[in-house]
Amino acid sequence: MDSYDTSESTPRHSASSRLKDYFIGATPLQKRLESVRKLTSFIPTPPRRKIPQCSQLQEDNDPQKVAFLLHKQWTLYSLTPLYKFSYTNLKEYSRLLSAFIAAEKQKGLAVEVGEDFNIKVTFSTLLGMKGTQRDSEAFLVQILSKSQLPSENREHKVLWTGWFCCIFGDSLLETVSEDFTCVPLFLANGAETNTAIVGTWFQKTFDCYFSPLAINAFNLSWMAAMWTACKMDQYMAATEFLWSVPCSPQSLDISYAIHPEDAKALWDSVHKTPGEVTQEEVDLFMDCLYSHFHRHFKIHLSATRLVRVSTSVASAHTDGKIKILCHKYLIGVLAYLTELAIFQID
Amino acid sequence: MSSQKRVKDSQAQKRTSQGSDTYETNLLAGEEKEDLNDSKRSLKHGQDNIAEDYGHADDQGEDALQIAVRYFEKGPIKTSQSKDKILEKHLKTVENVAWKNGLAPEGIDILLNVALSGKFGSAVNTRILKCMIPTTLIPEDSVVKAVSWLCVGKCSGSTKVLFYRWLVAMFDFIDHKDQINLLYGFFFASLQDDALCPYVCHLLYLLTRKENVKPFRVRKLLDLQAKMGMQPHLQALLSLYKFFAPTLISVSLPARKKIYFKNSENLWKAALFAVRQRNQGPPPEPLKLMLGPAQVHPVKRKWNSCSVIPVLNSSSCSKECGKKGMTLSDYLSSNGSFPLEQLKSFPQLLQNIHCLELPSQMGAVLNNSLLLHYINCVKDESILLRLYHWLSQTLQEECIWYKMNNYEHGKEFTNFLDTIIRAECFLQEGFYSCETFLYKSLPLWDGFCCRSQFLQLVSWIPFSSFSELKPLLFDHLAQLFFTSTIYFKCSVLQSLKELLQNWLLWLSADIHMKPVMNSPLETTLGGSMNSVSELIQYVGRLSTTAMRLENNSTFLLHFILDFYEKVCDIYINYNLPLVVLFPLGIFYSALLSLDSSILNQLCYIMHRYRNNLTAAKKNELVQKTKSEFNFSSKTYQEFNHYLTAMVGCLWTSKPFQKGLYIDPEVLEKTGIAEYKNSLNLVHHPALLNYAVSFLLQGKKWNWYLDYLFSEGLQGLKLFIRSSIHHSSVP
Repeated sequence: MDSYDTSESTPRHSASSRLKDYFIGATPLQKRLESVRKLTSFIPTPPRRKIPQCSQLQEDNDPQKVAFLLHKQWTLYSLTPLYKFSYTNLKEYSRLLSAFIAAEKQKGLAVEVGEDFNIKVTFSTLLGMKGTQRDSEAFLVQILSKSQLPSENREHKVLWTGWFCCIFGDSLLETVSEDFTCVPLFLANGAETNTAIVGTWFQKTFDCYFSPLAINAFNLSWMAAMWTACKMDQYMAATEFLWSVPCSPQSLDISYAIHPEDAKALWDSVHKTPGEVTQEEVDLFMDCLYSHFHRHFKIHLSATRLVRVSTSVASAHTDGKIKILCHKYLIGVLAYLTELAIFQID
Repeated sequence: MSSQKRVKDSQAQKRTSQGSDTYETNLLAGEEKEDLNDSKRSLKHGQDNIAEDYGHADDQGEDALQIAVRYFEKGPIKTSQSKDKILEKHLKTVENVAWKNGLAPEGIDILLNVALSGKFGSAVNTRILKCMIPTTLIPEDSVVKAVSWLCVGKCSGSTKVLFYRWLVAMFDFIDHKDQINLLYGFFFASLQDDALCPYVCHLLYLLTRKENVKPFRVRKLLDLQAKMGMQPHLQALLSLYKFFAPTLISVSLPARKKIYFKNSENLWKAALFAVRQRNQGPPPEPLKLMLGPAQVHPVKRKWNSCSVIPVLNSSSCSKECGKKGMTLSDYLSSNGSFPLEQLKSFPQLLQNIHCLELPSQMGAVLNNSLLLHYINCVKDESILLRLYHWLSQTLQEECIWYKMNNYEHGKEFTNFLDTIIRAECFLQEGFYSCETFLYKSLPLWDGFCCRSQFLQLVSWIPFSSFSELKPLLFDHLAQLFFTSTIYFKCSVLQSLKELLQNWLLWLSADIHMKPVMNSPLETTLGGSMNSVSELIQYVGRLSTTAMRLENNSTFLLHFILDFYEKVCDIYINYNLPLVVLFPLGIFYSALLSLDSSILNQLCYIMHRYRNNLTAAKKNELVQKTKSEFNFSSKTYQEFNHYLTAMVGCLWTSKPFQKGLYIDPEVLEKTGIAEYKNSLNLVHHPALLNYAVSFLLQGKKWNWYLDYLFSEGLQGLKLFIRSSIHHSSVP
């Protein structure tokens, strides 16, 4: 402990200025601290949320790109704000990241930035993918393999995709300065080694931090309720729950599938506040499911762990995996995930 | 200092082949340099002596050396028959002196010239080069001259190789490197020579500065790599280039430890050791040149490279991105910034504080105390935010109880916390990230895992409103406190004492900064004092309950009284208008304790309370004006109550009459015949031991007090001198 030469005068000075800052609560760091205090001292989630509305995508979205994001399984990560990230440098980032990946793939062999590799990295913005105008623009990163043949139709095969977004991330935006870009939610599809390489590059380049975003049973119940509450013209899949029973030698999974219209009917019977979902309603909805199951199988599902929820809107796994099925509610689903990501990085 | 020293270096810093852990805030760097100069001076002095006392017996060796050097300077005498013999004799002389004491700069200058000019045969050149060992330093000019011979083509390939090996081995002993750096292009061109390539690479590795890294050189190196394959020496140089210019090149080194250069020093190992010892005393641990992460962990982490804390690396891609749009002036101004890898001493930091390149990952500052200095005085909020985010997330991810899945990293997490705590102690200030980490993880903490570290983090919580912190932290801590062992309780009290001390230091510094506090916000001194007072009362509640839970344990009471030793002196020691007395439960437990040291400590605390209160009273009278910080008469009454109780017990043998009143009937029921006397200085159970030994020595009662004082009961002495002695005599 005595390894540093402790000088007392300098720290005192700064401590005092920070003390003042503390009381005034002016600096971004202070706002940050206050928001954490608020979040920690109260129940982590607000007791009520809006039911996702029909397509909230901004008008300038690219339908092809949006379609590309649907029906894929994404692994979720939370991401701290990117330092000195610039949307005007996306081309340069592509060059640097592809060189970085090439170097990582052939450990020890140096590569020139801008050289022609058999992979290609692209950065592109996802226009219209935001909740409010203040949200940072979402962007997509892809690793493509280059076909060796110089054929006409140079269809690149997509090896890995990841995208960054921020939907209704106001609470985070307020607590950072303008040097930062807030895209707290990161979704990846492809080999985990690639995710690790890309993530490492981002961490080194923009001084940010990726953490896997798991979804606990509490939040899964919320998803189940909110997604069941969504109005659908036509249901594509059954509403399904998966519970895990911890027992040895192998854990036991209980799957519980309901016709989506029955689920909606159940929801309508417990739902009171128009346009909103409350904690009470979520609890009631799940309790009804539990008691129904108990009546038939004499198993208390409340004693097990909810690990997966799938509906026609989206499906989510406790490991932090998500698949979004319905184009209409894309923004709604992402808004909730953004909220969870921000909670994790706070 | 030791644990500190071992903290890993940045890549660039490892480049000094000297191997000292230059990472350390070298506040001593200036001194070291002076030492070097001193030794140089003494060396010169020594030479003057030689000149003066020419022929003196002691200088026989030196004398022979001079002759030998002159011989070599003149070149071989072609006609002489005994040429070989003379040559051999002179060579031997030079070798002996060189290996024993090293050669003076002049000698090295001349002999280097001789070796590389090709006057003698290759074998002789080799022998001369091998003994080019400096006494302390090698002048840069000599090296430049020597290099110029390489262009003439007079020396053989093997001599060249040996010369480069020598240059690498002696690199740290060359007094300056600027001129040599000007020859960078020449050295670089020598890479084409296959035999020289590994050694030239090593030299370039030591020599390269940021401005030497140019696109055409990168391309050349990549060509060489394509031709020769993955050679470790090329890899090392390439990765250094990448370090300086990440936008030009990318290379990823295997995490496995690897030595990149064959040990060029081998030939001179013993000599280097001796020179270093001459230059700076005992040598540091030998260092093998290695690249990549300095710490290699047995468990391979999926992400985030090998160590928790990022490696210090100043090259920030984001800064250089968009290079195309960069104007010449941008380029020049970016060159004006001071690269981190060159930052080695505190004076350097002061000189370049305005143009310091910051690490690309702010977390790296944790391992670098110079940068911690910087962080400490910097006003840039984004630097603090970067550190905040990184530290918060890392703590959360690494914490072994916050996420249930990674118990195997326990040791690593402990080390990480230790590093953070060291940094906090160094800054004398806590990090906000640690505070938020405590909020999140304390409710899940078992009170056992990383206990010492965790509680130290508690003691560094930055000063803030106690009522805000209470539900987030102190309520959870109280739960753990009541349900854990006595040792845990003591550790908590200890860290709360440190917390109190830290808060008091901040506040007292703050007052001196701004003598007039008239802000309308809660920034008033009164608000701050309230917060401190609430903390003290919180500890009071914990202590009182703990005393009951632990059956008035003496051990615990010591920790409690330690806390109050801080509390009682706030007014005088920290110049803050606050006096909070201890709770009744603690006072009486201490007064009736069976342990003399507890009683002694109580006396000391009472004595200090008295001094603080008298000082406060005095100031009040002086200032006259009614300040909001005049203590209420309640505090004085409370103190007087304690004082009367103490005097009643210890001195006047009238216990439990004033202060804590106990009905005499109850006291008689205890069956103790003379309960009134039983708590005075002679009969008090804590002092009984002393009374008995005193009696056995057969001394007079008049001396009993002096006897007690001489036995080390200093607190008692102070208490009696200040509160009793002058007023009444028993």
